[in-house]
Amino acid sequence: MQDNGITPSQTVGPFFKYGLTPTGEYAWNDAFTNSTLTPDVTGERVRIEGRVFDGDGVAVPDAMLEIWQADAQGRFADPQDKRALPNASFRGFARCGTDKDGNYSFETIKPGAVPDPDGKPQAPHILLAVFGRGMLRHLYTRIYFSDEAGNAADPVLAVVPADRRATLTAVREAGKPVYRLDLRLQGDNETVFFDV
Amino acid sequence: MTLIYPVDSNTAHPLPLSPEYKSSIKRAPNKPLIPMRHTLSELTGPVYGHETVREGDSDLTTQHTGEPLGERIIVHGHVRDEDGRGVPNSLVEIWQANSCGRYVHVRDQHPAPLDPNFTGAGRTVSDASGYYRFVTIKPGAYPWGNHHNAWRPAHIHLSVFGHSFVTRLVTQMYFPADPLFPFDPIFNSVPDEKARARMVSSFDLENTQPEWALCYRFDVVLRGKNATPMENH
Repeated sequence: MQDNGITPSQTVGPFFKYGLTPTGEYAWNDAFTNSTLTPDVTGERVRIEGRVFDGDGVAVPDAMLEIWQADAQGRFADPQDKRALPNASFRGFARCGTDKDGNYSFETIKPGAVPDPDGKPQAPHILLAVFGRGMLRHLYTRIYFSDEAGNAADPVLAVVPADRRATLTAVREAGKPVYRLDLRLQGDNETVFFDV
Repeated sequence: MTLIYPVDSNTAHPLPLSPEYKSSIKRAPNKPLIPMRHTLSELTGPVYGHETVREGDSDLTTQHTGEPLGERIIVHGHVRDEDGRGVPNSLVEIWQANSCGRYVHVRDQHPAPLDPNFTGAGRTVSDASGYYRFVTIKPGAYPWGNHHNAWRPAHIHLSVFGHSFVTRLVTQMYFPADPLFPFDPIFNSVPDEKARARMVSSFDLENTQPEWALCYRFDVVLRGKNATPMENH
């Protein structure tokens, strides 16, 4: 009888860099960069940056982050999104390894609103997966934007305790298209991770 | 056909905190994961096809001027969903230690030789039936600092995408009957014995190439079930 249980996750380990995020340091090419930007992409170009910390508040120098997001019109570059725009080479995916101080950054565009299963708009958000040594399975979280009025009515933020929502909200720097969000894997101000 | 991704399937995965694996102690969330309904954001995912992969990327033995040392092997199998359907056009990335158990990563200081003819990284895309294939070198076991006399069983790291962002999988493929299995906290972080067995490849004599390379089969099962399954008769 065929056993169709899923293949379990295992940690990405400490040595993934030369395979997944070589960024010119190894004899291997990058399938992905930390940018989703394409020449034809429309929307507000933003940078999202921050640091990743462990339960002792120590920077995590060997995490890998991946983002998945809609374009500025709220459409996904996936044929499963039947509304997908045919005119953009935008792919909506990027990958970044943290540096020795736990820093990460993404260059992207602010996504448009995406409907929830009831057709109600969600506030603009980006899905974020966090991988790392010591993490047996990656963790899923979301990035929201501090200057979006729609956050107050977002159906996913609504299921998060109010005092933890700030861990999902990237804060805009005054006068710059830059948002900042630190991730805390454990402890005080632990980032909200979702069971998806 | 619309696929759904029941969260129950995630019970196959290790728990975030697995104290025998020391690095998990400070990197596992203390608070429970928050349940939420899947929205279009979770149900869609990045689509990376053949344009992502260059010719030769799936052969880790031909990336340098000479041939790497070690035992040449073929690793192949299907990427499938929970109903057994092949997952086509799925990017599969691998990375591994060389035949001596040494990674090319600068932070790997295990005193075993590097091989100038082996980087240890590859990628491919599954075909229309979900089939993928690599040619590589059998990686060696290596010591690590988790506990006294800790050795990792030989393994190849795999990163697989699938149909949606929630099917994303990073795992490790092991080799049959490795004597190190009982002592490895990462392998044993998977609580269910049957689930652990799904991380172990099988020796494939039929596809072993005479006078050239042994073959191992490794099928990867990603999340995803048909929302409206057909009746079984």
